[in-house]
Amino acid sequence: MTDTTLVRRRCHALIRWFSETPLTVTLAASFMVLMLFVMLFAQIIQPYAFDHIDLMNRISPPVPLQGSTLMHPAGTDTLGRDLFSRLLVGAQTSMLLALLGTCLGAILGITLGFLAAHKGRLWDEAIMGLVDFQAAMPWFIVALAVLAFLGNSMVMFIAIMALYGWETYARITRGLVLSAREQGYALAVRGLGARPRWIYLRHILPNISGPLLVQLTVNFPSTILFETSLSFLGLGIRPPMTSLGQMLGEGRDYLISAWWLAVVPGVMIFLITLSMSILGDWLRSKLDPSLEN
Amino acid sequence: MFWFLTKSLRAVITLLLVVTFVFFVLRLSGDPTYMLLPDDIDEATRTFYRQLWGLDKPIFVQYLNYLGALLQGDFGISFRNNQDAFQLVWDRVPKTALLTGTSLVISLVIGIPLGIVAALYRDSWIDRAVMAASVFGFSMPNFFLGILLILIFSLNLRVLPSSGSGTWRHLIMPASTLGISFAAQFARYTRSSMIDVLNKSYMRTAQSKGAGTARRVNLHALPNAAIPVITILGLKVGELLGGAVITETVFAWPGLGRLLTSAVASRDLAVVQCIMILLAITMVVANMLTDLTYGWLDPRVRVGAKAGSR
Amino acid sequence: MSYLEATDLVRSYEQSSRGLFRKPHKFRALDGVSLKLEKGTTLGIVGESGCGKSTLARVLLGLLDADGGCVTLNGQPTLNLPDTQWRALRRSMQLVYQDAGGALDPRLRVRDQIEEPLHIHNLPLDAVERILVSVGLFSALADRYPHELSGGQLQRVVIARALVLDPELLVLDEPVSALDVSIQAQIVNLLMDLQRDRGLTYLFVSHDLGVVRQISTRVAVMYLGRIVEEAPRAALFANPLHPYTRILIDAVPKPDPSLRRTTRIEIGAPPNPADPPSGCSFHPRCPLATARCTVEPPALRDFGDRRVACHLIKETV
Repeated sequence: MTDTTLVRRRCHALIRWFSETPLTVTLAASFMVLMLFVMLFAQIIQPYAFDHIDLMNRISPPVPLQGSTLMHPAGTDTLGRDLFSRLLVGAQTSMLLALLGTCLGAILGITLGFLAAHKGRLWDEAIMGLVDFQAAMPWFIVALAVLAFLGNSMVMFIAIMALYGWETYARITRGLVLSAREQGYALAVRGLGARPRWIYLRHILPNISGPLLVQLTVNFPSTILFETSLSFLGLGIRPPMTSLGQMLGEGRDYLISAWWLAVVPGVMIFLITLSMSILGDWLRSKLDPSLEN
Repeated sequence: MFWFLTKSLRAVITLLLVVTFVFFVLRLSGDPTYMLLPDDIDEATRTFYRQLWGLDKPIFVQYLNYLGALLQGDFGISFRNNQDAFQLVWDRVPKTALLTGTSLVISLVIGIPLGIVAALYRDSWIDRAVMAASVFGFSMPNFFLGILLILIFSLNLRVLPSSGSGTWRHLIMPASTLGISFAAQFARYTRSSMIDVLNKSYMRTAQSKGAGTARRVNLHALPNAAIPVITILGLKVGELLGGAVITETVFAWPGLGRLLTSAVASRDLAVVQCIMILLAITMVVANMLTDLTYGWLDPRVRVGAKAGSR
Repeated sequence: MSYLEATDLVRSYEQSSRGLFRKPHKFRALDGVSLKLEKGTTLGIVGESGCGKSTLARVLLGLLDADGGCVTLNGQPTLNLPDTQWRALRRSMQLVYQDAGGALDPRLRVRDQIEEPLHIHNLPLDAVERILVSVGLFSALADRYPHELSGGQLQRVVIARALVLDPELLVLDEPVSALDVSIQAQIVNLLMDLQRDRGLTYLFVSHDLGVVRQISTRVAVMYLGRIVEEAPRAALFANPLHPYTRILIDAVPKPDPSLRRTTRIEIGAPPNPADPPSGCSFHPRCPLATARCTVEPPALRDFGDRRVACHLIKETV
């Protein structure tokens, strides 16, 4: 097959994929790709440093409105800091934290789920007990308490975010592993003399990765909301650092004089969670059409 | 009966775990006499508490003393007004209950009918509209929604107050803010549950018996569809309380949530610990009630004996 | 000493109690099974569903634990071994069962799965091509995924995977029952060829007497966890001694109606293994049952190179 034919086939496949996926999903995916870009390159894209003070242009609204300036198309805050740049950096912080938290939580939960399913009996009881404990308390409130007691350092905050939602991964993994273990091929490979680790890594994990991935996309919006909520209350990310939630929290005090300071970051948060939710739904429907709900 | 005992035991263990967790976190954060009591308290009272909590004794004895103190309702004294922490917290409970209760009602009243309608007219524009609305609903951060509502209704239209409590006007925005996300979630769960039930063979049996749509929906579909939704309800209590914390802060609603955030900000640990434990008790009770209701509603669960599979 | 020897195998199951006060029901899937298998031969095990033949297959392989009794392979005990030894033993004995598709990972190519045992035991991969040829699979087929193959092809894959470690013993549990009749014949012939070429020993479990008759050297008949008769194939089919064996053989449809016995014995309903009858467990369905049969379980007695467990079989046979 010549190179051009191969390229053409790939293009056709891409076009077919585009036309088969709903428009909303494509938009959501594109937005998330954009966010990924922002997350990686915010420092390069931003027109100003996010803490660059420009008192001449303070409290200027976003561009189409009266009193705005093209130098700061998204507006500025009370110190004249460019809202667009702050938005980029804020989004970067929120996304990074959410990604980190989700991944750490997933790793923790999946590992514990495997352990519970594999070791069984006492380990299972103990781990499921921890799962119950975590599920019994709204982690948001526990986080507030821990932050109150132990102070708000970056390490502490990341640890709290990592522990958010691990119990869902653990529960799902445990259930999936227990049923996957009874599958014919798992038993057959055991009969071939494979060690448990071989069976888990080579057969079970790949076969359960689908639902786990879906859970990741479902969890991600919640994690973002978790971080932004805490930062909004002033308990997560605090100045001089910035995150979307922190900006919203700051902007809340200026609703009358500079409503865009709160609304713009808020819209950003909303778009991120919305896109991930749409993607998560779509992934779930692709994975198992019978779970269409 | 046996099952009830196991559930109660698990509930007690969870509660014990929470209390132990709080105890250790407290000890880790510093000297409790400084953490749990106001700074300007006199030495005599401090020594008294030092003795009361047995801070010079080994940690296990301290733990037991701590448990004892909790059981007597002694959570320490709040910084701000030199008030007993428990009393301070307890006074706020009705406000929070009002807010969360109203939000729950709103979310059920909006969410469940929408979910049912979406299921009945599956794949039509109604269904798609409801699904789109619900995705919007639970993606919207509730603090942002609250701020938007304040911006529109308080600052621009000037029809509703932006803070405080007392009249229904004060209640409507916070309750709606808190309720929207859950309405969206309930709509989705109800829809999927209804679809499952509608597809079951006993529905077709009812139809072939000549039962009309309304009868089929109400008599056959709804009770069965209700079961998963009620289970979800129990699980959502935690989220509801978490959401209440934020909503109360945004709207300055004088409830537990607002108290918690200000206590956390001022490191008023007596109040924080009190709210935590109270919340844990609420959650545990809610979970138990959900389990009980679930068992009562679904006869298959009641029979309960496991098939002897190996 | 025979190649494979099982002595008094017992395996019980416990049904969890239904109430607070009822004791859990114990029933024996294997109730004292003993057998001998010589190298290079095939022992067919037949019986109705629930007689314990699948359990027997798995206990012999060590895939299920036995509650009593022992099994030796070449004189070495095989039951209740520590993990490392158990895993090493897999190179000597393998299982092929009914659900070929279910025994394969849907996400991996067939070739990778045939190679897998070699990877697990750190052996060189050159056996794979030869195996593919022996089981009659094209190399191209091996690069496909399980869902792209037919039932017969899948069973060949499973057989290939079982043989790639070069085991001496193959336990087959209803390996052809899920296949079309024409494919059944192909696979049975393949198995017989492989046995001849590689000197394999087979334990062939099936409820299908026709297939068992084709492939077995000796046949054992099981009923409710016990062996009731065991004999060389020809002798068993020509002259079944135990009443149950006679019923089973009668139940096989014969192409020539004139060969049917004049008196047809009805096969009756299968028993409930959780509540076995007293004495000889077959007596409720046995047309020849006596009073002794309701009280005293018959022992498995030797008659030349046959064994039968029935009170009514006299020494002069």
